[in-house]
Amino acid sequence: MDNVVLLAIDGSQGSERALEHVSNRAKASGAKVVVAYVIEWSPYSFNTPEENAQRHTRRESEIERAHGSVVEPALKSLKASGISCDSVVMHGPPAETINSIATEQKAAQIVIGRRGQSGLKSLLFGSVAGNLIQTATVPVMVVP
Amino acid sequence: MLRFISSLIALVLLCLPAQAGIDESINNVTAPIATLIGQIVFFKITVFGAGLPIVVLWLVVGAVFFTFYMGFVNLRGFKHAIQLVRGDYSDPNSAGEVSHFQALATAVSGTVGIGNIGGVAIAVTIGGAGATFWLIVAGFLGMSTKFVECTLGVKYRQENADGSVSGGPMYYLRKGFEDRGMAGFGRFMGTFYAIGIFVGALGIGNMFQSNQAYVQLNTVAGGALDGYGWAVGLILAGVVFAVIIGGIKSIARVTEKVVPFMAIFYCFFAIIVILMNFTSIPMAISNIFTGAFTGEGVTGGVLGALIIGFQRAVFSNEAGIGSASIAHAAVRTNEPVTEGYVSLLEPFIDTIVICTITALVIGTSQVADPNFADGATGVAMTSAAFERQLSWFPLPLAFAALLFAFSTMISWSYYGLKGWTYLFGEGEFGQTIYKLIFCAFVALGCIVQLGPILDISDALVFLICVPNILGLYFLAPIVRREMVSYMARLDSGEIKKFKS
Repeated sequence: MDNVVLLAIDGSQGSERALEHVSNRAKASGAKVVVAYVIEWSPYSFNTPEENAQRHTRRESEIERAHGSVVEPALKSLKASGISCDSVVMHGPPAETINSIATEQKAAQIVIGRRGQSGLKSLLFGSVAGNLIQTATVPVMVVP
Repeated sequence: MLRFISSLIALVLLCLPAQAGIDESINNVTAPIATLIGQIVFFKITVFGAGLPIVVLWLVVGAVFFTFYMGFVNLRGFKHAIQLVRGDYSDPNSAGEVSHFQALATAVSGTVGIGNIGGVAIAVTIGGAGATFWLIVAGFLGMSTKFVECTLGVKYRQENADGSVSGGPMYYLRKGFEDRGMAGFGRFMGTFYAIGIFVGALGIGNMFQSNQAYVQLNTVAGGALDGYGWAVGLILAGVVFAVIIGGIKSIARVTEKVVPFMAIFYCFFAIIVILMNFTSIPMAISNIFTGAFTGEGVTGGVLGALIIGFQRAVFSNEAGIGSASIAHAAVRTNEPVTEGYVSLLEPFIDTIVICTITALVIGTSQVADPNFADGATGVAMTSAAFERQLSWFPLPLAFAALLFAFSTMISWSYYGLKGWTYLFGEGEFGQTIYKLIFCAFVALGCIVQLGPILDISDALVFLICVPNILGLYFLAPIVRREMVSYMARLDSGEIKKFKS
């Protein structure tokens, strides 16, 4: 198995902790880190014609924002620690997309932070980390 | 914005007692105009004793031609259309762009409107049960027309400076004719279409919708809103104003989300009513076929039924009008023809499924009790047919009708706007003027009676078929070439499935 770790982040505090954890581990093991950011999106939503016409621009700016505010800082901190790293930003249903990125990148492990939502909120919206544990094809590490 | 709406409503309530006669006076002015426009657009030739409007003939011939020329794409492309909508061929790397499903859903929200509930009732009233048969045939043939126009819509769309896209017949007419060395003619056709769609948007996509929504509300209220059409109109106009000018996206978003469920809800209960009338089903179906081929009791006989059926089908699914290609043009794809395939599902859903279900609800009720509607037409007739079996249904039906009307108005405000911006550029000020005009017509739609409204609305929509279909004839070889090449690559496996 290739020594690749997929770090799934969303800019939350949980993903900060996950980044720190991965950074420490990768420095020790010499693993390559792929930073993945998934912008939640469904091909089956309903839009107005105006939204559709502007969708392409919207998508570009969403990707740009993800890179600028979340992915680039993470890459910078990993590189500063001398870790070889790469990044993927994609639209899609979060857990499913993270899993397919992991397969594509031949990652041996997925690391994800958790938001620590509890009760009603997680019942209503589910949790990406939780879904990933249920469906992932490689081991998942959840950083609290 | 909320303050604006509430003050608008307060104003309306204050004026109620004084202005009740306003409806009638506006009606007196519009009726003669409607008659005149109708006479010009629906100029009739007499064939075997029936008056055949040339414009209907124009549409039918077009739809038949495209069905044959594209090798029955409406049948052969059906399965592939469903695969495309399911996302079987969607590249995960383009996730986040408008999906085929989204483009279809948006276009369907625009077409599934009052026509599906009220238009069918009008067809059956004038054209007899047989009109239903021709309505379905028209829906089937219309699938080919849609295929051609939506492929062209994507192929010739324009990318604006801000990254948004504008497409539709005005663009493919202009650029398509330019490609064929007829630039001047293309410019003329594009402009003609753009004028037509922005004026037509005030009819089919606006006045007809708000009018029928009012009629249904009034029926549910037991006639309490008689003479207060202008009040309902002002409130409706206020909400449309909030969305298209006020930019309150949440209203539009909620509507777009609710409409598909309303459509399913409507079909579900329609099927229940049909099943409750089960003893009348065989007779109702036989009436449809005998009516279609004998034209019994219909002015103009078979041809009369056929004309009405086709007219209502186009009014409902908009095939040949070109409006849907404006909505479909938003999809980014390297293969414009894929959007054509997806769009052929639209007349299928709209006309072959939903209109047929409505026709059966009315048909089975008519068999069971010929006087069930008590002289009512349009939405009120459909509502009466539901009420016979489900006494509570008129209320949710009124709600559904209101939402259908509203979502159609939002979609058409965009179609009309695209016609306007094609003519006058993308300037903010001009767009606001157009939107204000649009809102004014929403209110007007509730004031005038159905007859003149339907005439104006029909006339304008059928008028823009003329440049559109003429353009489709000229550009069909391009679509056919793309279709053949795409199919060959699909068969050879060059175009891969991403999902199995």
